[in-house]
Amino acid sequence: MASLDRTARAFLLTELVSGFALTLKYMFKPKVTVNYPHEKGPLGPRFRGEHALRRYPNGEERCIACKLCEAICPAQAITIEAEPRDDGSRRTTRYDIDMTKCIYCGFCQEACPVDAIVEGPNFEFSTETREELMYNKDKLLANGDRWESLIAANLHADAAYR
Amino acid sequence: MSADLIQFFTTNWLGQAIVILAQCLAVTVPLLVSVAYMTYVDRKVWASIQLRRGPNVVGPFGLLQPFADGLKLVLKETIIPSSANAVLFVIAPMITFMTALVAWAVVPFDDGWVIADINVGILYLFAISSLGVYGIIIAGWASNSKYAFLGALRSAAQMVSYEVSIGFVLITVLLCVGSLNLSDVVIAQSGWFWNWLFLPLLPMFVIFFVSALAETNRTPFDLPMSEAELVAGFHTEYSAMTFGLFFLGEYANMILLSAMGAVLFLGGWMSPIPHAPFTYVPGVVWFALKIAFLLFVFSWTKGTLPRYRYDQLMRLGWKVFLPVSLGWVVLTAAVLQFGGWVPKS
Amino acid sequence: MLLQALAFYVFAAVTVASGAMVVVSRNPVYSVLFLILAFFNAAALFLLIGAEFIAMILVIVYVGAVAVLFLFVVMMLDINLVELREGFLKYLPVGAMIGVVLLAEILLGLGVLGTGSATIAALNKQGAQVLAVDNTRAIGRVLYTQYFYLFQVAGIVLLVAMIGAIVLTLRTRPGVRRQKVGDQINRTKEQAMTVVKVPTRGGV
Repeated sequence: MASLDRTARAFLLTELVSGFALTLKYMFKPKVTVNYPHEKGPLGPRFRGEHALRRYPNGEERCIACKLCEAICPAQAITIEAEPRDDGSRRTTRYDIDMTKCIYCGFCQEACPVDAIVEGPNFEFSTETREELMYNKDKLLANGDRWESLIAANLHADAAYR
Repeated sequence: MSADLIQFFTTNWLGQAIVILAQCLAVTVPLLVSVAYMTYVDRKVWASIQLRRGPNVVGPFGLLQPFADGLKLVLKETIIPSSANAVLFVIAPMITFMTALVAWAVVPFDDGWVIADINVGILYLFAISSLGVYGIIIAGWASNSKYAFLGALRSAAQMVSYEVSIGFVLITVLLCVGSLNLSDVVIAQSGWFWNWLFLPLLPMFVIFFVSALAETNRTPFDLPMSEAELVAGFHTEYSAMTFGLFFLGEYANMILLSAMGAVLFLGGWMSPIPHAPFTYVPGVVWFALKIAFLLFVFSWTKGTLPRYRYDQLMRLGWKVFLPVSLGWVVLTAAVLQFGGWVPKS
Repeated sequence: MLLQALAFYVFAAVTVASGAMVVVSRNPVYSVLFLILAFFNAAALFLLIGAEFIAMILVIVYVGAVAVLFLFVVMMLDINLVELREGFLKYLPVGAMIGVVLLAEILLGLGVLGTGSATIAALNKQGAQVLAVDNTRAIGRVLYTQYFYLFQVAGIVLLVAMIGAIVLTLRTRPGVRRQKVGDQINRTKEQAMTVVKVPTRGGV
């Protein structure tokens, strides 16, 4: 009897039918995904997104050209050239990040003694050409200016754990 | 004036050529639009089965997504691998696309709405659908890449195997109908929906559908392009519009096999209930609805089933479907003969 | 009528040309592809004389199945073209002889050489009778009545060939573990697993 039952089930494709019924039921369940471009998921303060070079509140750039970030970068995406500025302070003349090489490990912001290079909360910076992803100092400083409030808030939130 | 025009279009060879061209356009343009929207529906159905949203950004409800994708494919660079056989590499997607389109010449959309009402319509469809495999084999060989080649070999073996059972399914249908003409097949199923052949031939309908999945390389039989093992199978090396043609051809083939299923088993353009409000709806709408239903089942299957292993696929084709369909052919013939239901010819 | 004649010459020319390319082309894959083209054009020629059933069957059987398997095998072979061409001249006389014999047979059959015209006439007479119905039906009527035994014998010959091929290639290897789908499906939960209560730090 059991074998008859099994044979009947096999020929009536009961397993297939129950599987199809399950997926059909799921089709009408509410969606669980975020409606991405219109809604966005929460980001932690340690989120490592697009890079930015920060400034002090008086407008002076933070970076002192110590090249620790360039040294630690595992992907060797950072290139820095430096020379003394007219007022004698050590500054970068060139600060490039090749975003196509960057692996977003966050070592640069860990290494930075003055919190100059940071990875901000922005992750939507796709471009149409490869060249646009070769960031130079101007671009990084502009990023810093644009995202400063969020970056500062994130750094503040994370400071207790560092 | 109008009489002159009628005469021009019916007798003059130029007029006839114009009429034929117009008919072809009238079939292919809606077909390509439905191919575009089939990709959209596919993605929406899988998404909702997986509790996702699917494309919803380009246009209202993402309705312009297929055109955005198409435009992207057109604008991208066509890459021909340096070690590939350039001529065959370019011809292969064209073959796939062409075979998917030319088969539509015999599909009856409504009473008399068919480009070529030939006597061997079923055989023509069968012949053309068996040609689709060449695009895939040639693509796999011409790519000169091991993934593409393995995909092509799998596809060749798979399509040849499942064509056998499709052939037997067609034989049972034409036993019941007594004609190879697709319009006659539909007319033989006129009346209430229980006159449609899917009820008396339910096992054959199931076999037909499963074999159609295998013929169009859809899940659970998408081994020729199984991304887990073969990158993308036979179209690994293809990019831009050459890939686009494969994609279009594949979906056009799916729609074609759904149309074949609708004609052979679901009464083609017939309305399910042959009475007043239902018969006001034009036949072509019923036909489209039936195709849409079968296509939905295609996507539903893809959302439900995992992929077969290759030996399981061969086992199913040769050791299950072949004997079952062969047995059903004999059974149908016996029932028709001894039940006195042999169609008059 | 002019269009039909034109179509005939185009299809016939392509058939002959691709038939020649099958022999001449250096790459065996090209040969098979040209063979397929030849099949196609032959099918088109059948269509032109109104034999749509034969045309479709030609496409289904030869193009759809046989040539696919040819292509399948030829693609997988690693063929050394130089070696292959060495034998060309050696086999040329034999090949040519077979070709001539075949041609002569066809000509004899068609009655071009004076004999066999009676057969053709008889066939034509039969053809006129069956023209009333479409040719699928006509073929069915003679195939399952007049030529029934021959048809069955042809089927048996094919079956024997198939069984022969299977017998020749079948080898039973010891120690091969095959998947038994029935056993796997029929396994119940009770047979397949036991629930064990594992004591803490005890292990199973």
